[in-house]
Amino acid sequence: MRRTALGAALGAAIFLAGCGEEQQVTVYKQGKYQGKPDTQSWSNAPPAEQLRGSTWAKGDRGSWESAINQRAMGQHEDRRIYQQ
Amino acid sequence: MARMKFLVDAERCIECNGCVTACKNENEVPWGVNRRRVVTINDGVVGAEKSISVACMHCSDAPCMAVCPVDCFYKTEDGVVLHDKDLCIGCGYCFYACPFGAPQFPQAGAFGLRGKMDKCTFCAGGPEADRSDAEFKKYGRNRLAEGKLPACAEMCSTKALLGGDGDVIADIYRERVLRRGKGSEVWGWGTAYGPGKTGAQPAAGGKS
Repeated sequence: MRRTALGAALGAAIFLAGCGEEQQVTVYKQGKYQGKPDTQSWSNAPPAEQLRGSTWAKGDRGSWESAINQRAMGQHEDRRIYQQ
Repeated sequence: MARMKFLVDAERCIECNGCVTACKNENEVPWGVNRRRVVTINDGVVGAEKSISVACMHCSDAPCMAVCPVDCFYKTEDGVVLHDKDLCIGCGYCFYACPFGAPQFPQAGAFGLRGKMDKCTFCAGGPEADRSDAEFKKYGRNRLAEGKLPACAEMCSTKALLGGDGDVIADIYRERVLRRGKGSEVWGWGTAYGPGKTGAQPAAGGKS
């Protein structure tokens, strides 16, 4: 009885092995890091004043994003020229 | 939550190649490799000539990531597609998969031997320590970690090439289009899914 059950379990394991195939396409979820080890930009302290474009609080993603977005708005010449 | 993107305004690009030069200079890109280049259609045809600057578009669902046999690509939290040159075997699959021709391969030796893939990093470096010499040698400058935007976009004299958070640069572009009164066809619903009525033509001066 035990041998039959063991055989059935082994057979089921072999039979179902094909169902364990993993997804091979990378599915990116916005804002989720799913890659190789890498330091995120906001994890660094801002460099020396003459080298940095903007400043943020080390490790604070929100402050880094707002600094970058503020810099990106520098590309908006209509706002830069006419609305100052 | 930022999602870094490039946006090119074909109405403004004057084919000066300033973005190409800025990229090569900032990242000390080797001879024969162009991470960014300017593509012109209808060259020489008066009124119909349009140019756009093309590099890695940091796709949300990047085909290069899907085809890489050694899985050397990764995506940062702010949506930048990067790769690890220590893992890359230079097979060239990503080059065939990429619709923009972004992956570049330096000629590393005789007989057409390919080196490891090189591409636009959105000036975000690679897996090495940020702002380190090792990162600079392999991937170029990490401007995002300096609180700056990609050199190509910041250098663009006519601001045809915008870089940054997708939402922010889309807002800039939208306001620009509203101000000049044309060009919405290049990014609007009509371009993505065709004109609303069967047989209707896009607005004059816009892209089809």
